[in-house]
Amino acid sequence: MTKGGVLKRIAGPVVTAVGIEAHMYDVVKVGKEELMGEVIKIQGENIIIQVYEDTSGIRPGEPVTNTGLSLAVELGPGLLTSIYDGIQRPLSVLVDKMGDFIQRGVSAPGLDHSKKWDFRPLVKEGDQVGPGSILGEVQETNIVHRILVPPNVKGGTVRSVKAGSFSVDDVICTLDDGTTLTMMQKWPVRVPRPVLEKMNPTIPLITGQRILDGLFPIAKGGTAAIPGPFGSGKTVTQQQLAKWSDAEIVVYIGCGERGNEMTEVLTEFPELEDPKTGKPLMERTVLIANTSNMPVAAREASVYTGITIAEYFRDMGYDVSLMADSTSRWAEAMREISSRLEEMPGEEGYPAYLAARLSEFYERAGRVKTLSGKMGSVSVIGAVSPPGGDFSEPVTQNTLRIVKVFWALDAKLSQRRHFPAINWLNSYSLYLGSLQDWYDREVSPEWNSLRSWAMEILQKEAELQEIVQLVGSDALPEAEQITIEVARMIREIFLQQNAYDAVDTFCDMKKQYAMMKAIRQYSDLAYAAQNAGVTPQQILSVKSKNELPQIKFIKDYVPALEKIQKDMDAEFNALRSAA
Amino acid sequence: MKEYRTITQIAGPLVFVEKTEPVGYGELVNIVLYDGSIKRGQVLDTSNELVVVQVFETTAGIGKDSGIRFTGETIKMPVGRDMLGRILSGGGKPIDGGPEIVPEKRLDITGAAINPYARGSPNDFIQTGISTIDGTNTLVRGQKLPIFSGAGLPHNQIALQIARQAKVPGSKEAFAVVFAAMGITKEEANYFMEDFERTGALERAVVFLNLADDPAVERIITPRLALTTAEYLAFDLGMHVLVILTDMTNYCEALRQIGAAREEVPGRRGYPGYMYTDLAGIYERAGIVKGKKGSITQFPILTMPGDDITHPIPDLTGYITEGQIVVSRELHRKGIYPPINVLPSLSRLMNLGIGKGHTREDHKKVSDQLYAAYAEGNDLRGLVAIVGKDALSERDRMFLEFADLFENRFVRQGYNEDRTIEETLDLGWTLLSTLPVEQLVRIDRDLISKYHPKFRQAAKAEG
Repeated sequence: MTKGGVLKRIAGPVVTAVGIEAHMYDVVKVGKEELMGEVIKIQGENIIIQVYEDTSGIRPGEPVTNTGLSLAVELGPGLLTSIYDGIQRPLSVLVDKMGDFIQRGVSAPGLDHSKKWDFRPLVKEGDQVGPGSILGEVQETNIVHRILVPPNVKGGTVRSVKAGSFSVDDVICTLDDGTTLTMMQKWPVRVPRPVLEKMNPTIPLITGQRILDGLFPIAKGGTAAIPGPFGSGKTVTQQQLAKWSDAEIVVYIGCGERGNEMTEVLTEFPELEDPKTGKPLMERTVLIANTSNMPVAAREASVYTGITIAEYFRDMGYDVSLMADSTSRWAEAMREISSRLEEMPGEEGYPAYLAARLSEFYERAGRVKTLSGKMGSVSVIGAVSPPGGDFSEPVTQNTLRIVKVFWALDAKLSQRRHFPAINWLNSYSLYLGSLQDWYDREVSPEWNSLRSWAMEILQKEAELQEIVQLVGSDALPEAEQITIEVARMIREIFLQQNAYDAVDTFCDMKKQYAMMKAIRQYSDLAYAAQNAGVTPQQILSVKSKNELPQIKFIKDYVPALEKIQKDMDAEFNALRSAA
Repeated sequence: MKEYRTITQIAGPLVFVEKTEPVGYGELVNIVLYDGSIKRGQVLDTSNELVVVQVFETTAGIGKDSGIRFTGETIKMPVGRDMLGRILSGGGKPIDGGPEIVPEKRLDITGAAINPYARGSPNDFIQTGISTIDGTNTLVRGQKLPIFSGAGLPHNQIALQIARQAKVPGSKEAFAVVFAAMGITKEEANYFMEDFERTGALERAVVFLNLADDPAVERIITPRLALTTAEYLAFDLGMHVLVILTDMTNYCEALRQIGAAREEVPGRRGYPGYMYTDLAGIYERAGIVKGKKGSITQFPILTMPGDDITHPIPDLTGYITEGQIVVSRELHRKGIYPPINVLPSLSRLMNLGIGKGHTREDHKKVSDQLYAAYAEGNDLRGLVAIVGKDALSERDRMFLEFADLFENRFVRQGYNEDRTIEETLDLGWTLLSTLPVEQLVRIDRDLISKYHPKFRQAAKAEG
């Protein structure tokens, strides 16, 4: 065999082979059991391979063969609702093939090659097609899966195209130069899929989470990082985003995360309804689950697998949001493999190329004009788990240099059961400027100033709290006592949101606006009353405002809210006339 | 079996052997000493020229004249039904004077990862009888919930109380305890053993003891043996298994020791860069498998060096486990048992096991309200230290008093006090009723009117 070689050394997930010709990132089959691996270093005779499966019992002298291909994913109908491991093996198929525990040496294609899909062509004979052109459609779930000419196919004139029921291997279209096209394409995961043009993000990704949409929005095609020490509600926040964000397709990568939590996602998603279509949320979702005890090399690959799938749906003209939980685990996988390669470590043992890998990954996000001229986007939301909650560590720092939105989770807030535990003082969004027009147009021209007002009050509260810590709240001037109260209302009514409450879990912009406006109304009335000589005690004990928190839990909130607002007016009127 | 006498180097727990036949990675190795005694080890690195063997016992007595036998298989553990009630060494050999284990099966000790798709959703509430766990950090079957403690704190008592009292209310299914001690003192081990014997728990337990004076490297396999046993009991015999691993800090020290001996590039504080993956290989072996009867619930105990929760051991553990129970030195000094500080404690799977159909509909909201009120009261203590109690507003004073009350009534309980979940929740309500109703912003009105003692009494009076 020209391509065959033998193993020379095995030390954990990294093995050395000799006697094969290989290129970087070629996929190789290792040992008698043909474990899947990838070439990561070439050193004279020695080919160094990271193996995606457990290497126990593998001996020197066992065969190694090079497939000559790089690690690629299968893209086509059947992706949606799938649950994959880090190298796109469907977990359900693995259960059928090897039982409840992950054994090794089993390969499984990413797509079901026997299933037939109804293909409706959108091109006809004689049409010109180029890379990325839409050939036709398949109704995959409630999502229409557009079949594209692969970006690496030159294109030409359509010689024949067929409608009907096909598997992903059947030829559906032939071009005049003899190129045959199927509904499936393969794409190497480490190579970004090409686009026509990257556009500026101007539309927010609505998540239904008040602190995100209201204060720190992410744009469609944007990037965000959620760093959080453990136990600060990072995972819940990410899952909320996956459930409620108004992207058309959601790709969720559980990278080195907890098995039980993955199970929660796997059992919950199929039951959840998409708030827009009423169909199961799973119908627009692709899940990638590589738990912490699954092989480390597959964890390294999982992030690339996920983003490639996301890009593929973007190329159809969809808005895709991708959650990676957690990129720290991904970085750790890089570190582990790098240290097995005995590479010179950079900061904290991470490889020197950590920053480059992170920025390459986030740069694959964006709002784009696809090759077929449609608009699509991939928004990337990456969780970071800084060791010891220390944001100065390399993964967090290198991430922050790239991403535009930062949702700073705060363990102190979560200890106080303030959820989502996102710190409003440390978080930021650099998209506010570019999204302003959208909020003016779609929510209210008042919204942007209302948002600034709320941020100002919160900022002021933080300053006042320092004084309160020293002298107590009674010692503050009257106006500032009101500020403290208004800030408390913003925090407890607007910012706190209960992910487990059927109504409060999702809050649209209209309701967000109404709630913030009601708080503003109290604030305006309170200051006016104070000017009119009403005492702070009286202002703070206005009864109607105590009803405001309940608004969160009411589905048809408008009548209740109007009543509170009316009562508030009346109460303050009474106070003013008494004073 | 071929025996090699080609040892070239012995460094710490590692033995380097030259020019062997092809040897498998992870293979079990027997090292024969001059006096015929045998030590066991495992292959860490293999090539045709050199094999690196990690020895699980002390390397005392191993020399260039020792023989090396490669067994051709990875480390397997004989498991059987009659393991219940037995005491084994950290290496899996009986040390209670009883007969050898009759193996019904021999299982690979590394254990394969449960396919996430095959995992069952953990949602059976486990009642431990401890309010700070049941009420505010609820444990469910299949969870891994570590106890983060410090030197000199009563984590062992807490672990024992949990092992003794843990039950799923209304269920009579078979259960077992697997107890793995790593590097604890004989005295601590005796404490556990006496309690197991006194309460009759030993009959339902399998005990692995690696004591402080046992070889540190053996600690690397002790938890794996314990979990392999647990998997057999749970998934082959259908039992609900509670696994107590103590003390994981000693395990990590052993891991660091091997890393250093291999001259690996160290990660944070000298611990190996793969410690996360290694720990995950242990902790992730908790859970439920769809369609199988048993379950594995893990209670790892670790002592945080210097009470530092950001130390790599608790830090990495916290990223893998589903929450943590934090034992507080401050509460312990105040004489409160169990000194569990609920503020940094967390159970990530709590919401799966509480509420209607599991515990009680008000559970989540009562728990949140207790947390929030206690956190606020606790914050105010800092303020009081500066300005004195008199400078506080009336509202603040109420929360301050609530914090004291919470610690003395809710947190504090007896070593043998086994509270039902109803008792815990009602106790929570009693404490919350010391605050004005409008301060209970996290609980909706319906629940308040149903469970708040004031309204309950009113309802009783009317009724």
